[in-house]
Amino acid sequence: MKYFFLLIIMSSFGFMFYKGLKIDPSIVPSNLIDEETPNFQLKKVENYPLFDSKDLLKKEIKIVNFFATWCGPCKIEHPQLMELSSSFRIYGIAKKDNPQNITKWLKSYGNPFDKIGLDNDGISSIEWGVYGLPETFLINKDNKILYKHIGPIMKNDLEKINAFLK
Amino acid sequence: MKTILIVIFFLYSQVQSVEPDEILADQELENVARIIGKELRCLVCQNEDIENSNADIARDLRILVRNMLSEGKTKDEIISYIHSRYGDFVLFNPPVRFDTSLLWVLPVIFLMLLCYTFFRKKH
Repeated sequence: MKYFFLLIIMSSFGFMFYKGLKIDPSIVPSNLIDEETPNFQLKKVENYPLFDSKDLLKKEIKIVNFFATWCGPCKIEHPQLMELSSSFRIYGIAKKDNPQNITKWLKSYGNPFDKIGLDNDGISSIEWGVYGLPETFLINKDNKILYKHIGPIMKNDLEKINAFLK
Repeated sequence: MKTILIVIFFLYSQVQSVEPDEILADQELENVARIIGKELRCLVCQNEDIENSNADIARDLRILVRNMLSEGKTKDEIISYIHSRYGDFVLFNPPVRFDTSLLWVLPVIFLMLLCYTFFRKKH
């Protein structure tokens, strides 16, 4: 009986350790899922229309993408954003970037964003719970966060994202 | 002896990543900021607190903590705001809730089990 009890305890520990091994510690799940989008203030990027909190009140599904021109993975996801921009409104938040570099970037790779804003001090990124780049939020018609994609959106992620947005 | 002292010095010396321009003029507030910073985990460097991390996000959080303190916010208000943005992961001491209860209960069970096994062995 004693050994049976010990076996049960040890196997539960074993099971938990095994489950723990499969968790990717670099991905911190968003604490804002099903919550309303936070308030934020951004700076204008040259001639592009400025993105602000009020834009998210529109009764439609939209995407908010955090990026920077100095971020390598952001370049990898850019074609996927271009593809998504044909079906959804995408708003861009550039983190700690240079407005001239953003203009150059968008002219070279195309502009998937409806509106853009610059978060120079990182405060708006904290407000959204962003800790790395790129990060993408899917927002429903009622201004609630449906899903957060951490890291670059790859071609095989498009199906998952489209399923969320339907 | 000298080597041992040097090793002890490096083992116990605190390496801080707080930049001189981040430090608050008010020493009391700065002390509170450091206490808060030690309770918050850096999100990209796993088991480092934000006071000791060089990561960009850790620096942003340190500045935010100091700005909020200067605005008159309390330690609990600041920690609860950052917790609301990043969830339990950002706290070194996760709150005791039903879904985190195993975290607190399991070590006790494990200790009881060990005591039980040793006690049985002795008699």
